[in-house]
Amino acid sequence: MHTTTYPQLIPLVILIPALGAFINIFWGARLRERVSGWIGIGAALISFFISVLILIHVRDAHGAGSVVNPAALFDSWIRMDSIGLNIPWQFRVDPITVTMLLIVTGIGSLIHIYSMGYMHGDPKFSRFFAYLNMFLMFMLILVTANNFLMMFVGWEGVGVMSFLLIGFWWDKGGALGRKNANAARKAMIVNRIGDFGILMAIFLIFWTFGTLDFYRPGETANVCYTAEVNHLEPLPASCAEEHGAVAGEEHAVEGAVVEGTGEEHAEATAVAGEEHAEATAVVGAAETGDHATPVTEGAHPTTTTEEPGPAVTGENGEEVHAAVTLDQIDNSRFEFKQLGVFNQTAHLMTLPEDAPERQVVMGPFTWNFRDVLFLIVMFLLLGVTGKSAQIPLFVWLPDAMAGPTPVSALMHAATMVTAGVFLLIRSNVFLDYVPEARLIITIVGSVTALVAGFMAVGQWDIKRVLAFSTISQLGFMVAAVGLGAYVAALFHLLTHAVFKALLFLGSGSVIHGVEHGHHHAHAHAHDTHGEEHGDSHAAHDEHTGDSHGHDAHAQPTFDPQDMRNMGGLFSRMPITAVTYLIGTFALAGLPFFAGFWSKDEILGDAFNEAFFGHSQWIVASGLVALPLLLIAAGMTAFYMWRQVQMVFFGDPRSEGAAQAPESVSWMTIPLMILAFFSITIGFINVPSYTPIFSGFLGIQDYEFKHFLESAVPSVTAGESLNFNILLAATAVAIAFAAIFVAHSIYAGNKAVVNRDAAIENRNDPLNTGASGSMWRLANARLYWDETYFRLFENPYNRISQLLAALDWDALHDYFHDSVLARGYNAVAGFLARPFDQGIIDGVVNGVARVVGLVSGRVRGVQTGYVRTYAVALLLGVVAVVLVMLLPLLQAR
Amino acid sequence: MAYPVPAEFFVVLSMILFVMGAMGVVLRKNAILVFMSVELMLNASNLALVVFARQWQNMNGHVFVFFVMTVAAAEVAIGLALIVTIFRHKKSINIDDLHQMEG
Repeated sequence: MHTTTYPQLIPLVILIPALGAFINIFWGARLRERVSGWIGIGAALISFFISVLILIHVRDAHGAGSVVNPAALFDSWIRMDSIGLNIPWQFRVDPITVTMLLIVTGIGSLIHIYSMGYMHGDPKFSRFFAYLNMFLMFMLILVTANNFLMMFVGWEGVGVMSFLLIGFWWDKGGALGRKNANAARKAMIVNRIGDFGILMAIFLIFWTFGTLDFYRPGETANVCYTAEVNHLEPLPASCAEEHGAVAGEEHAVEGAVVEGTGEEHAEATAVAGEEHAEATAVVGAAETGDHATPVTEGAHPTTTTEEPGPAVTGENGEEVHAAVTLDQIDNSRFEFKQLGVFNQTAHLMTLPEDAPERQVVMGPFTWNFRDVLFLIVMFLLLGVTGKSAQIPLFVWLPDAMAGPTPVSALMHAATMVTAGVFLLIRSNVFLDYVPEARLIITIVGSVTALVAGFMAVGQWDIKRVLAFSTISQLGFMVAAVGLGAYVAALFHLLTHAVFKALLFLGSGSVIHGVEHGHHHAHAHAHDTHGEEHGDSHAAHDEHTGDSHGHDAHAQPTFDPQDMRNMGGLFSRMPITAVTYLIGTFALAGLPFFAGFWSKDEILGDAFNEAFFGHSQWIVASGLVALPLLLIAAGMTAFYMWRQVQMVFFGDPRSEGAAQAPESVSWMTIPLMILAFFSITIGFINVPSYTPIFSGFLGIQDYEFKHFLESAVPSVTAGESLNFNILLAATAVAIAFAAIFVAHSIYAGNKAVVNRDAAIENRNDPLNTGASGSMWRLANARLYWDETYFRLFENPYNRISQLLAALDWDALHDYFHDSVLARGYNAVAGFLARPFDQGIIDGVVNGVARVVGLVSGRVRGVQTGYVRTYAVALLLGVVAVVLVMLLPLLQAR
Repeated sequence: MAYPVPAEFFVVLSMILFVMGAMGVVLRKNAILVFMSVELMLNASNLALVVFARQWQNMNGHVFVFFVMTVAAAEVAIGLALIVTIFRHKKSINIDDLHQMEG
């Protein structure tokens, strides 16, 4: 298949949602709801379709990455020649990008469709779709970026969209509107702290490497793997030792990444010596396409594919890229400063510790490259803790649930919050060389997973439970990255995106149903009492579609998100309930659901590193992660089963729950699609030697891992893990035990104590006796927010009050009034009378008088008779002619 | 190539015509006659141009003449229209009656 041109489509993936957003922003208010909704959905679906095409290309190319230049115009997006800064706007197409593209556009499309039902009747319907489209655009910029700055554009863009969408209902009025707006502001401010880290990391990267590009056009990310899949013999010498080391183990990685001595160039067959200078020169000029054109037949000249050459069919019918030679995929034909940051890192780490290239001069200090790398990774980690809601910056995510539920599903579960994990996976080459930084990352991730899981147990709000669950699962991913298990992290990111989107959309469906039921019961009750309640009808009409979450017009005490108001919804909302159960099983990691495979792979990596790790840092990471993550996995099953029992089982605890209708099919169909994938998506990465599944139904071992291999060099160096039946059994046993315990505590009507009392008196069965203090701690979220208030906000407020007093009393009252105002008045008085009226006016009037005098004399010249003018003209001509002739006459 | 009439004669004729035109413009009162005098000046210069073109065997002079004639034709169209309008307005084409623009 000739799919080499497919990556050229990648600008469209971004432009089409941008166009959708543009239309909905400027004309959305005039469009009918359906039209503007379909514009949003259509944009998302087209993006998804293009992403699938790119997936087909990348699979055909054995995961070969390429750098796409959308247009020559963007070759120097930001350019300052004086300091050697040249940041082109280029896209990176490789397996990591494609995976993220499919997650963002696929789940994004489903959530767009869901929003059509969920947002029906909202006065800002078209604005919502515009924001969603714009979010897609920024997220796609983030995942397709080929340099850190472009990624940062997307990173900040999704931050802004997060702000706008969390605060989407800022205009609800009263305390509720303020709460929404404050939640949005909190997300923004907390993320600023993280973004400081990203900025510092970007500065350091530029200072150290002289570039921000991930990969330059023509580079190969993983030479050994590319050589292997193209059947190149012999493999580069340094690839030989690849087998037998654990994934992520640093020595093997160092060997694996940096090797080879060849040239990729159009004239790869030419004599190597001649070619070197030429290749360097061409690449140095940032000329991405032309020199590769002879090799990539049919490809657009602005693309360089790492594995150029037309695909031909090999002997056994399998496609091979016949034109690739070792010379073409090797990076050492570039001067190392011409490489992207990752291959530069790999190159520098092969040099001896005291080599001059490895010294980074920063003003008066000279740092070792490795220490700088550690610092870069730490700053990146700070950014990740902000965006991906890790300790210590996770506090914004639970509040972000103030936004509409589709937003929570799309941004605060499936895509945006995973940007941090994506960034770490993208930077996997950095992380490979700093195991001590990875230990810190592992600790942050594992502790977050555990703490957030604990907090989730104490929440009443259905969405907050899921928010803490998201934080906990993000902790799993970050811990996986820290363990060097980048594939497991991305795999868990993928499966989590699917089933957490499902759970959030399911919770949205539940909230929607309970609220409708409440309005229905509310209006009905008043009718039977025969009371005049015109406004309750108005509220009902107004909110048939749009009122979600808290509602200022409804009874202020009723909170449709509070699980104490639910119960017994299984029979009322069967589709929502069944899909929700599937999502719960996937999240809890019950066997053969999606979450089982991905969580098990993280645990498997932790186990392997804890017991077979090659250095103390790695062993320590494994030993930290394994127990914490196992407990967190148990917590996951526990709080999810608590939630399921509270929401769907037992008897209804409010009129709203008793009369809740099933949601419209706009909402249930995405639920069903996501439920299907929550079961099946895990099969793309089944470990080796798994009973039943290995080789069954055409499922191949570690298909996803092999797909990613070309973008994650350390995978090639590592050993593929076999299915660890002992560990899997332990994890499953823990999950089942947690569900069993949760069931014995919360089953049916036991889920809420004092179920008939007023809502604030209804209680959790755990909030009694010995377990009471623990539960209250979880309910108060470990007083984390309060601690921040005490540590940062209150001192800040006190200082600002002090400064305000200083400002009013000293600065304003004395300095401003006595010194500034009096002095100003004196100067102004002088300037007004003697200066302005005397000198300035005198000059201006004098000029006018002189002009009048002179013109009165001169005006007589204008007689008005044509004759006079003709004479004047004639005399003038004569005079001119005389002047011209005078030199001639003199020459005579 | 010998000429039956020397070029100087034509130049002198041109000068005479030009001066007559100029005097006409300055001295006559009738607007039509002033206008004709202007035409006379233009044609005097045309004559000079043709003569010099002939003498120097250069076509530039002829080109100029064509331009001058075109401009003169346009000028006649506008000038006569103006005079007719002025006559309708003032019932007179004595240019000494037209001095409203006096400063």
